[in-house]
Amino acid sequence: MEFGPHLILATLEGAVTAAVLALTAVGLSLVFGVMRVVNIAHGEFFMLGAVIAWYVAQLLGGHPAVGFVAALVIAPLIVGGIAVAADMTILKRIDYDPERTIVATIGLLYIIQQVTLMTYGPEARPVEAPFNTRIELPWFDWLETLFGMAQPWGWSITSYKLFVIFAAGAVLCGVWAMMARTRIGLLMRATQADRDIALAFGIPVERVYALVFGIGAGLAALGAVLIVPIQQAHYLMGESPLLLAFVVVIIGGLGSLKGTIYAAIFIGLSDSLVLVLLPALVGLIFPEIQIDATPTLSKILATLLVGLVLVFRPQGLFGTRTT
Amino acid sequence: MSMGGRALGLHLGLLVVLFALHFVLPPYHHGNLARIMVLATYAIGYNVLFGYTGLLSLGHALFFAAGMYGMGLAVSHAGLSPAIALCVGVLAGALVSFALALLALRTSGVAFMIVTLMFAQAGYLTILYFGEWTRGDEGFVIQAADRVLWGFDLSDPANRYFAALTLFAVCLLVSLRLVRRPFGRTLIAIRENEERVRMLGYDTWAHKMGAMVISGTISAAAGAAYGILFGYVGASFAAVPHSILPLLYVLLGGAGTILGPFVGALFMFYLIDLASGITTAHMLIAGVVLVLLTLFAPQGLMGELRRRLWKGLP
Repeated sequence: MEFGPHLILATLEGAVTAAVLALTAVGLSLVFGVMRVVNIAHGEFFMLGAVIAWYVAQLLGGHPAVGFVAALVIAPLIVGGIAVAADMTILKRIDYDPERTIVATIGLLYIIQQVTLMTYGPEARPVEAPFNTRIELPWFDWLETLFGMAQPWGWSITSYKLFVIFAAGAVLCGVWAMMARTRIGLLMRATQADRDIALAFGIPVERVYALVFGIGAGLAALGAVLIVPIQQAHYLMGESPLLLAFVVVIIGGLGSLKGTIYAAIFIGLSDSLVLVLLPALVGLIFPEIQIDATPTLSKILATLLVGLVLVFRPQGLFGTRTT
Repeated sequence: MSMGGRALGLHLGLLVVLFALHFVLPPYHHGNLARIMVLATYAIGYNVLFGYTGLLSLGHALFFAAGMYGMGLAVSHAGLSPAIALCVGVLAGALVSFALALLALRTSGVAFMIVTLMFAQAGYLTILYFGEWTRGDEGFVIQAADRVLWGFDLSDPANRYFAALTLFAVCLLVSLRLVRRPFGRTLIAIRENEERVRMLGYDTWAHKMGAMVISGTISAAAGAAYGILFGYVGASFAAVPHSILPLLYVLLGGAGTILGPFVGALFMFYLIDLASGITTAHMLIAGVVLVLLTLFAPQGLMGELRRRLWKGLP
């Protein structure tokens, strides 16, 4: 395939990654912003969303769309409920101490992951997409001598992937509206600004915390339900979204929702663009070097980047407030 | 008897008991105990940083793996003798911990945890990336001929047990000595209140740097020893769960106690050993123990002992 179509295709694929990543990362960012704790088990909430989507689709049967729509509602609710329960039984009792919360959520990570392994099993299972028509994209190019419309091979995207991008956008708008326009959003922002003052004004801070933890986990689960028709459900699938969500939250500035979304778009696109652009760029400058931009290499670079950003700019790349 | 004498007696007593156990234990538990002593050494290294200095690292597998791969690659690819390869492993751990400390010590608290986690993950992925030499997840076996140290064949259970006991004893006594020296006392003071220590004129950065290098070096020694004693080097020893293990041992045994790492490693090893008889999902036990510990016993077993019975327990 030519470079131009390849690049646009990579951008669209990157947008799908970015959309799901934005949902997951906003969940993590919300928890960090309001509660000031780092939830290491966030990736497992993502995984649970995918696994529950598979169960729901299996139980309902029938047309794939029925199971999918049901999963979109049920999975985030169940996962959110589990998160609320974990918050009330564990995090509340250790008083949201940042370091002990990390240790406790590591424990939670293993509990969720291993219980899934014991019940769901080690297999990766697919969930069928509700609709999956192939959309051939037009491409204009010089054909032999005259300018016209071409159909390069593989130059298409499924309608489902476009739906993922729009659905994630809609949900993110919903989150924004909740934070900016509703009473519960106001309570969350007040708690984020100053926990003690909020408490003094009679805001039920503990209930706000439980709710935020639940919403954060629910957003991760929602992202997973959206991605599971593209990527199969597996009990270890939570690891890489956790890492990427961390990257996004830290680069976007800890606790800033707007920064998180910008960073998700940036990281999601760069993740797939690096695979296309890096070899092409290096090939342009040093034609003799064949660089192998494997996913492992881009993951190494991404992890080092997060580490270094935290070392030199603890407030994040776009953040201004010191934490 | 002075407090110091009593403490020394307790720790030497443990070493004597471990020595005596060699002659009475059945082969299965004999092998387990050798493994536990190496893992406990790893946890002793972790305890210097977490228990005594108060820095919670989530990336100690990086140091363990630096020792293990430093030793393994030196012996299998560079063709060095096992003794020199062991030194290469320990030195690799010291260098890696020094380099990570330069970066990570600019942060503290939660940021320190995430930074160490990220760098350890990058190290793990790097091992996978260079799969041609490291054999990635599959790992590689150290040949029996390369496991003979000064005429002792370490694949023999008795030799292996005594080698593990020697390593454990040295590191246990080093850490006991360390926390009684002014350097160690300063580390404890940093854990309690870093600002105040700085105000008193101590260079806290240099002390934390020292703690991190000592901690990383002991962990690397454990990693190198694990590789040569059990004849296997693999990427799973560099992965995140292997960074969590020493945290688990130390929390369970008691952070900031000299015996805690050993007690924690012993308990956890047998807990997981029993659990794997029932289910393959044995990390579930680790998760449950972690949650219960944070909830009910943040001091750990030896920590509770110190609180209730013996205030001067080091």
